[in-house]
Amino acid sequence: MIRQLLSSNWVSKILAILSAFLFTVLILLAIGAQPLEAYRNILAGSLGKWQKIGEVIRAWLPLVIVTSGLAVTFTAGLWNIGVEGQINMGAILTTFVIRELQEQAVSPSLVVFLAILAGVFGGMLWASLAALLKIYGGISEIFAGLGLNFVADAIILWLIFGPWKRPGIGSMSGTIPFGEQFRLPNLPGWPISIWTILLAVLIVVIVYIVLKGSYFGLRLKAIGRNIRAAFIKGVPTVRHMLMAFMICGLCAGLTGSLQVVSVHFRLVPSIASGYGFLGILVSMLVNYHVLWSLPVAFLFSTLNTGSIQLPMVMKLDASLTGVLQGSLVLFVLLLDGMSKKISRKVKEE
Amino acid sequence: MNIQIENIRKYFGDVRANDGIDLVIPSGIIQGILGENGAGKSTLMKIISGFIQADSGRILLNGKPVSVSSPSEAIQLGIGMMHQDPMDFPSLNVIDNFLLGQGGKILPDYRASRERFLELQKKFGFRIHPDQLVESLTIGERQQLELLRLLFMGANVLILDEPTTGISTEQKEKIFAALKKLSKDNKTVIFVSHKLEEVEELCDRVAVLRQGKLVGIKEPPYKTSDLVRMMFGKEVKLTERRSCKSEIPRVRLENLYIEGTRMEIQDVNLEVCKGEVIGLAGMEGSGQQLFLRALAGLVRPVSGDIFIDGRRMTGKSYHEFQRMGVDYVPAARLEEGLIRGFSLTDHVILTETQKGFFINKESYQTNVQRKISEFNVHGKPETLVEELSGGNQQRASLALLREPHSVLLLEHPTRGLDIESTIDIWEKLKMYCREGTSIFFNSADLEEIMRYSDHILVFFSGRVSVPLRAEGISVDQLGQMIGGKNLEVMK
Repeated sequence: MIRQLLSSNWVSKILAILSAFLFTVLILLAIGAQPLEAYRNILAGSLGKWQKIGEVIRAWLPLVIVTSGLAVTFTAGLWNIGVEGQINMGAILTTFVIRELQEQAVSPSLVVFLAILAGVFGGMLWASLAALLKIYGGISEIFAGLGLNFVADAIILWLIFGPWKRPGIGSMSGTIPFGEQFRLPNLPGWPISIWTILLAVLIVVIVYIVLKGSYFGLRLKAIGRNIRAAFIKGVPTVRHMLMAFMICGLCAGLTGSLQVVSVHFRLVPSIASGYGFLGILVSMLVNYHVLWSLPVAFLFSTLNTGSIQLPMVMKLDASLTGVLQGSLVLFVLLLDGMSKKISRKVKEE
Repeated sequence: MNIQIENIRKYFGDVRANDGIDLVIPSGIIQGILGENGAGKSTLMKIISGFIQADSGRILLNGKPVSVSSPSEAIQLGIGMMHQDPMDFPSLNVIDNFLLGQGGKILPDYRASRERFLELQKKFGFRIHPDQLVESLTIGERQQLELLRLLFMGANVLILDEPTTGISTEQKEKIFAALKKLSKDNKTVIFVSHKLEEVEELCDRVAVLRQGKLVGIKEPPYKTSDLVRMMFGKEVKLTERRSCKSEIPRVRLENLYIEGTRMEIQDVNLEVCKGEVIGLAGMEGSGQQLFLRALAGLVRPVSGDIFIDGRRMTGKSYHEFQRMGVDYVPAARLEEGLIRGFSLTDHVILTETQKGFFINKESYQTNVQRKISEFNVHGKPETLVEELSGGNQQRASLALLREPHSVLLLEHPTRGLDIESTIDIWEKLKMYCREGTSIFFNSADLEEIMRYSDHILVFFSGRVSVPLRAEGISVDQLGQMIGGKNLEVMK
């Protein structure tokens, strides 16, 4: 009976979430903090006020876009660890276009439009580098991506402290902010732009439909499950892998771009702020299902936003949420493996 | 060591791989385990050697029940298994491989091991240099090394799973001599094979398995017809051979020179007509696979030309070969042929030409149903391929071929199938031939090659014979050529 239960996918997921919370509670107890108090603070700091909820959504939307992109590469069995760098490159190229055109006699909306296009291009460029290194250089996309992440980070720092530095001296606070006219307008009373919402919805819908019902999606799945057999069956594997990377790069570049034109209004160091890595965690947690990534990404954004409270109120480090998120992924993977093993046994009997 | 197995059962889903097997093997004999592919021989051996666990039943060594839950436990109990494909480390040298698996100490004692290696090797008349890299050895030498290693590890029971696949006659004789010596030393040898002659030549006793059950035990002198009847459960009635060969050329090979990792094939000149079947005979790994892959466009020839329907295909990509109707079915079904997690329908959709951007699954239903019933696959359109049994996976790989095809390249098309399914499959393939498809296939089964081919190419370590007319050739002649004797090579 218990084994039957454990072999169910749902039970194992719920157990994993409980275990992760329990694990975090134990850690909090070990450092002498009040677990309930900590969780209460996280909740209050994220969903306690309308203004906070706005912040949660502002963090949620880019995470959703990145995760949708990652669903494509993960489906093809590719670990696009370089997604963080792809976000950064999107931000860099967007900033570049605005800097170049802001003094020119071009309509600001056109500038922003071009800037976003450039950002998308930047993400795709960086993703295609990782893809080409993998396909033609035989370098695992994990290492290629990791390396390119460092390069993108370094480029941002160089720009901020070098060619794009503020008058006088460069600082970690980034480049000079753009004028109002180059920012995406927010919804009245919310820290979110309608454009970001529309783009996120569009991307989720497209990625979902393509992966679910298209020939392209089926071929990506085939590649992800058995690239050799897919090739033998006649799937052009190189082209599809390249395209998967490009789509993920597109989403990442767009995220970086939106961070510039609707959140920071300038280039700041590590502007990707971990969205890429967080997206990878979310993707793994939902087993690459685009729709499920929506609530999970929301949960993660809530935790991240809420944890900003912790240092102020409880003198706890905000990285507590990182512990919670990381252990969540580990427990889900662990229990998933266990449940599969048990269900195989149950089936055999 | 006396080994006794009691009521061993092992089911894989609905397949009863071992269905209550009882067997006592006294020490000092060579016990043959005979059965056709899929009879449950390998499963039983893997259970005895700890690779997999039985669902029920007991194993007793010298009358004492033991639990063998891993290969390392098995070897501690003195049971060592030599697998069909050598499980060694090709990038290490001989002595390192020999040492592997020795537990207990932090630093291996190279000098003592080396002495022991040379001593053992001398005893059996093997000649392997201890410092050679394993990848430079032949399969036969790698088997010898594995045998020595198992003895070094203290094996008293030696299990050999189809050891003669892919080795030369000379090496076969060497290993047989070694096994006879071992049985004189009172070791227990279990020899698994589906080849009658070998079992008859070597074994003191033969146990025949069929469909997971022990059918009977025979002692010499053996009557071949008895063994055959036990293996197949009946006299096998075969369909008459018939040719669907036309006079219209389909494939032409000119001075083809192919290079593989450890082998080269030279000077192949061949013309194959529509509807013709070419059987590739030879020991496993003599170049048949390389040849098939070159014809599929997966391996680029170094020189020479491939023409299909008069079009020069040399240097074209695999997918361009596919567009010419060439289709390739690899032997490794779940590794290269089918995609785990994909249903039969998914496979069909994947191979068919794309219609629009979105998939309309409904539109494939009838097509998939037809393929399933034509090839008698026991499964539904939505069944995942890994849920099918081995034989059904084999049928599915053939059923899922894209249509229309002009040339089929089949690796072991009926491996793992019982004789009736084999006949069914060939009925179907011959129907394709009547429609003009040419077939190249390899097989370990000489009967199959002789019965269904129009012409036979014999492969012997990369050398290819002239095309031999299948009609009128005898098993003996073919067997000799496979061993490299009387082989008339292409010029």
